[in-house]
Amino acid sequence: MHATQNLSDFIEATFSSRSENEALARVIVSAFAARLDPTLEELDDVRTAVSEAVTNAIVHGYRGGLGQVHMRCELQQRTLTIAVEDEGVGIADVEQAMQPLYTSRPEEERSGMGFTMMQAFMDKLSVESKPGCGTKVVMCKSFRVPQDDATNPEPDSSGQTGGHEEP
Amino acid sequence: MDVKCRKIGRCLVVTLSGEMDHHSASAARRQIDGAFHAEGAQHIIFDCHPLAFMDSAGLGLVMGRYRTAASLGGKVALACVSRQLDRIFTMAGIYRIVQKAPSVEAAVQLLEGGHA
Repeated sequence: MHATQNLSDFIEATFSSRSENEALARVIVSAFAARLDPTLEELDDVRTAVSEAVTNAIVHGYRGGLGQVHMRCELQQRTLTIAVEDEGVGIADVEQAMQPLYTSRPEEERSGMGFTMMQAFMDKLSVESKPGCGTKVVMCKSFRVPQDDATNPEPDSSGQTGGHEEP
Repeated sequence: MDVKCRKIGRCLVVTLSGEMDHHSASAARRQIDGAFHAEGAQHIIFDCHPLAFMDSAGLGLVMGRYRTAASLGGKVALACVSRQLDRIFTMAGIYRIVQKAPSVEAAVQLLEGGHA
């Protein structure tokens, strides 16, 4: 057996660019993020961001044709980094593609809000793309540290709670 | 995802359940447009109560149905919007074109006005 050398906590999945796999990608990231004991809102955020990134790969990267989508989720402390990559047509003008309401396929009734939602729901977003070579989207999110028990707070040792007579 | 349509007054009430993404949106779109025309409705109400997830594909669907209804002088309302959905709708500025209501009944009131 190989020794694991400094391996971070991660999962990698490669799947075909079928639209059914948008839901699969959400399930994978939800299950992986569950170990962070996330809030429902945090979970919704990453599920939505992943859904947008994978949909972009399928709809724009491969134009509905068949190809491979690679997703890697990696955890460092409480920061989750998600990379979604395709080997599709790529994006000539990334800045333009990231504008709210921009869509390269208006006939398909897309809202053009995909990148805007990834930006809003994650802390960081970067997009690398080269026409003819594909697109890689990397996004990070730091999860809050879960509160112990909000209904039964720890006694405050700073002396601000009152009730303690000692100086 | 599951789509159910019924008519109340001149409103087509579309109940969305499950997860709305790019994959499920195209079938939902066909079903809603089919029912809208078959029922001869004027307005569209989306009952989002059982909708567990929605991404920007749902925005595209709502915006497209707004155009369909508006072309016939109709309006669109969103009923029972969860917190996650509300964040997405707000971000997209969708409340500039469609109204939000706490229930389907309130949405019907809103769209039908005094003359039901």
